[in-house]
Amino acid sequence: MPHTTDALMHGSDQAEQQPAFVSGVQATQTPDARPLAIKTENVSRAYKLRRQKDSRGEKQKTLVALSGVNLEVYQGELFGLLGPNGAGKTTLIKILTTLLAPSGGTCYVDGLDVVRQAQEVRRRISMVSGGESSGYGILTVRENLWMFSQFYGVSWKDANERIAQMLKVVELESHTNARISGLSTGQRQRMNFCRGFITDPRVVFLDEPTLGLDINAARIVRHFTREWMQQNPGRTVLLTTHYMAEADELCDRIAIIDHGTVLACDTPANLKHLLQKQPVFEVNASGITERSIEALGHAPGVVRVIGEPEEGGSAYKLKFILEAEAAIGSVVNALTEQHGNIISLQKNEPTLEDVFVALVGRSLTAEDQDEG
Amino acid sequence: MGKSTGVVLFLRTMYARAYPRVLGMNREPSWVFFEVVVPLINTSAFVFLYKALNAPPAFVGFVVLGGAMAAYWLNVLWMMATQLYWDKQEGNLELYVLSPTSLMAILLGMAVGGLYATTLRAATIAIVGTLIFGVTFNGSQWGFALLVFLVTMVALYGLGMILSSLFLMWGREGWQIALSLTEPVQFLSGMNFPLSGLFNSIPGVLTIFSAVIPVSFGLDALRQLLFPGQIIGVLPPGVELAILGGMGAVFLVAAYVMLRHMERLAKVEARLSLRWQ
Repeated sequence: MPHTTDALMHGSDQAEQQPAFVSGVQATQTPDARPLAIKTENVSRAYKLRRQKDSRGEKQKTLVALSGVNLEVYQGELFGLLGPNGAGKTTLIKILTTLLAPSGGTCYVDGLDVVRQAQEVRRRISMVSGGESSGYGILTVRENLWMFSQFYGVSWKDANERIAQMLKVVELESHTNARISGLSTGQRQRMNFCRGFITDPRVVFLDEPTLGLDINAARIVRHFTREWMQQNPGRTVLLTTHYMAEADELCDRIAIIDHGTVLACDTPANLKHLLQKQPVFEVNASGITERSIEALGHAPGVVRVIGEPEEGGSAYKLKFILEAEAAIGSVVNALTEQHGNIISLQKNEPTLEDVFVALVGRSLTAEDQDEG
Repeated sequence: MGKSTGVVLFLRTMYARAYPRVLGMNREPSWVFFEVVVPLINTSAFVFLYKALNAPPAFVGFVVLGGAMAAYWLNVLWMMATQLYWDKQEGNLELYVLSPTSLMAILLGMAVGGLYATTLRAATIAIVGTLIFGVTFNGSQWGFALLVFLVTMVALYGLGMILSSLFLMWGREGWQIALSLTEPVQFLSGMNFPLSGLFNSIPGVLTIFSAVIPVSFGLDALRQLLFPGQIIGVLPPGVELAILGGMGAVFLVAAYVMLRHMERLAKVEARLSLRWQ
């Protein structure tokens, strides 16, 4: 029997489903009476790998992208999904948008099963991905948007009105009749953004929507998302992003995902609050190596340490998450033992990035550098 | 905001997907050179060959007609069969699949748009070829010929839709297959010579391959109708029309079933959205 939106009303067992936070602190969540826009129950997804070997030279047959993911997103929420590359964010979005079948578990969007009621789900959703190159270069911006609106059955009158409004909002009005083959990356992404909202979706999936955009274009996209949520209180956005500040600024709640598992799920404020008991120190030090940083991680009272080399210098910027403030003494001692020279030391208010580091063990910035 | 569903959504989708192809004719005039002049050079080669061999004058007409029909085959192969693969690379396929419309409507839109655009090209090849080489058609059975042409197109584009589903799964391999199909199909469908001559000179198994290419019987019937008494057909035009009608129906149903199956399979194997595989 298909689930209905009512059947997905949030229950009192919500807190029990949240995973343990660092050092056993439980992520909290206030029971909410709002209906759910998205619900996943023990969702898993494995990919068959072809001709790939693991580090021991043995043939790998499957890659587990998602494992037992349980998420609940309320109607009217702007929900963020944060995780490093390969964490499973995009896989989850593909499943929720009916593009990919889950290997196990069930997912509901707007109360509908994404596998059994895929066609109904599709009427209610849209998706915009960062770096998307969809559309046909021979068409103009207006024609491309009109074409995609027709696949949702929007009348020509409504479509043309919406296109004109949306292009104005994303400051692309002057390019209405320009061929998309001549648009810059930022302009094209703003056009894609319009496509995602022109069909009046109930749930919008934004997969890294500001990826590769300049500051101004990213600002327009974020501003539009916020405005749209305010003007359409019953609509929901699921956002994946690499940019912590973006998630912090936009999202009502955030789930941190790594290796296909949800590690924590709460409001940005609550997630940061959980680190209040675990102070964050930033230390600039010279004379240390990658190996010294590893050793610093074993110093008494250190929960996590990450280090990034300073640009153009031999110093490192180290970030320590400690069990208690007093542990900074052992950090200083350990640095001295490693022949490090402290250039500066300061205590920071925890950021979402720190929460991410505490949970995942590495920063997204470092991840980007590795990728590059 | 009101949104249409069912048949109206299907028709809206078809129209919208046909639009870029129809519009492309006006916005990219370079097609005149690449898709009319170049095929005409190919057709001319056969015309001069037949003239050098003192072949009957009707052969020039056969070649010009074959050149025009070749435009449709190439359109089906490169703009229909491989299109979903290219759409996957561009990210359009994802958007098609996650929209509430039917992929069949998308494919039919592609077919209608392609048919319109190719008809302009094919007509230009036929008219220019006729004028240059002085071909004379017999128009006494033009209605019948038009019917044969339309049914051939249904069967041909139905085949294109089947190939499109297959190429959706094959990806890059599909592109290679399309490349390797181009010349053999031109040969087996008798685009540049009468089909009966081909059937008399190739092994039986190849005639089966030839027969399932809609252009083969379509062209054979058209030549019989437009050059009466100057060609020995493989079968009477009426029989060939019936076979083409059957093929069209089978191909369209098979395309629908296969598209559904391939979409399901692609979702399980993650081939709808993962690129370069």
